[in-house]
Amino acid sequence: MARIMGKTITIGRAGLLKVSPIEVIALIMMAIIFLFILLPVISLFLKISPDSFFGEFNNAVVLDALRLSFITSISTAIIVLILGTPVAYINARYNYPGKVLIDTIIDLPVVIPPAVAGIALLMAFGRMGVVGQYLNMAGITVGFTTVAVVMAQLFVSSPFYIRQARSSFEDVDVTYENAARTLGASRVATFFYVTVPIAMNGLISGLIMTWARALGEFGATILFAGNFAGRTQTMPLAIYMTMEGGDLNACIALSIILVAISFIVIVAVKILTRGAVLNARS
Amino acid sequence: MLEVSVTKKLRDFVFDVNIEVNSGETLVLMGENGSGKTTVLNVIAGLAAPDEGHVRLDSTCFFDRASGQDLPPESRNVGYLFQNYALFPTMTVYDNVAFGLRMRKRPRAEIRTRVKYLLEEMGMWELQGERAVNLSGGQKQRVALSRALAIDPALFLLDEPLSAIDAEAQLSLRKELKQIIKGAGVPGIVVTHSIKDAHELADRVCLMEKGKIIASGNPEEVLRKGICRFIDGIMDAY
Repeated sequence: MARIMGKTITIGRAGLLKVSPIEVIALIMMAIIFLFILLPVISLFLKISPDSFFGEFNNAVVLDALRLSFITSISTAIIVLILGTPVAYINARYNYPGKVLIDTIIDLPVVIPPAVAGIALLMAFGRMGVVGQYLNMAGITVGFTTVAVVMAQLFVSSPFYIRQARSSFEDVDVTYENAARTLGASRVATFFYVTVPIAMNGLISGLIMTWARALGEFGATILFAGNFAGRTQTMPLAIYMTMEGGDLNACIALSIILVAISFIVIVAVKILTRGAVLNARS
Repeated sequence: MLEVSVTKKLRDFVFDVNIEVNSGETLVLMGENGSGKTTVLNVIAGLAAPDEGHVRLDSTCFFDRASGQDLPPESRNVGYLFQNYALFPTMTVYDNVAFGLRMRKRPRAEIRTRVKYLLEEMGMWELQGERAVNLSGGQKQRVALSRALAIDPALFLLDEPLSAIDAEAQLSLRKELKQIIKGAGVPGIVVTHSIKDAHELADRVCLMEKGKIIASGNPEEVLRKGICRFIDGIMDAY
């Protein structure tokens, strides 16, 4: 039972819980945000029976999309890891002319709308594109292939890893690297045996973020790579197509798979970044 | 013999140092924070590049502006004890001490024998599997010393070796440190803020101010009032 006493609302026996009006308002706001995000997610699960959900794993559209999504997003993550790690390390440790410009360009895809990214890629690498016309003459077609899917994903998702990797490298006290050098380790050996292990949790969480962003990529992919089943139709594109075609069960099943992955990603990144801070500061 | 004669433009002043340290001799560097003591160590270890001058150890030239010689830190074989020990947090005590030997591609069995010997000498063998982050200040110092000794250094550089250790443990560690440096028979440079360290460890003391050595001599000569403000300040605190 609650009774209003001046500015405090006392709830329960002998005022075990004293809540001020401002806290009540804050609680209501939190509840609104919490429900606004959680309710649609839960609704996905309420609108499909477990049997129908698991039945969709025999649906060719769903299976093709799953397979293609994993192949392309994992390829993207590997390419970002190989190309992005040296860049992240150099930007964390060294100053050079034009560093601010490079940094800004690396971050640009985060703010460019994915649809614009798709058009930009098409203008560059499409059959008539700035680079694409020469590729075309050499008999190489990029647009509307699986390679284009990976390129679209690379474009939009690379900043997540590179930014996280850079800040993880910055957190590694340079004294550890100096100590390794005096003990006889070359620059490269120091990087692999000392710096990377200390920054590891941050690197993995950045890579997971990039992979997750690649997995969810839609706008740039559909514009640059098109929507062809088995070739360029990743899970988000398949969701769009099944929805258009009225196959709601396939649509919801794919959505639930992506929601589950997203949830795992968020939990993993939270655990890893907490560990990274403990590691680098010790 | 270690010969250092270097200049380097730093943000607030010009770092200009000339020192010579004989084998088996220990030089103690004292001076206020920011006077360039650690820079001396870094220049010798190859972690900072001087603008002019040379650094030589016996017949090996570490750095010489005139001839363009600049040995990278990994080729200088310097035993450097860092101020906060810089033990690799992701590695065990054993792996920390073995690190330098592994980089030298020594055989496994030899590494094990050497690491075991050093850690036993320091009374740390029981903690060999412990992660370095879980050790106390004194334990970290012993592991860091073992790690620096493992590579049979041609030169010892110690930056505030006892500052992270409580006063009681300092007394015994100071004596051990002296034995270790003397036992190695190589030139040694110790940076410290402590008059006790200087008296116990030094054959010679150099006082630094704004990148230059302003006084040099045996501890009795240098560590008395009226030499410089920094020493006056410390003496008053006693």
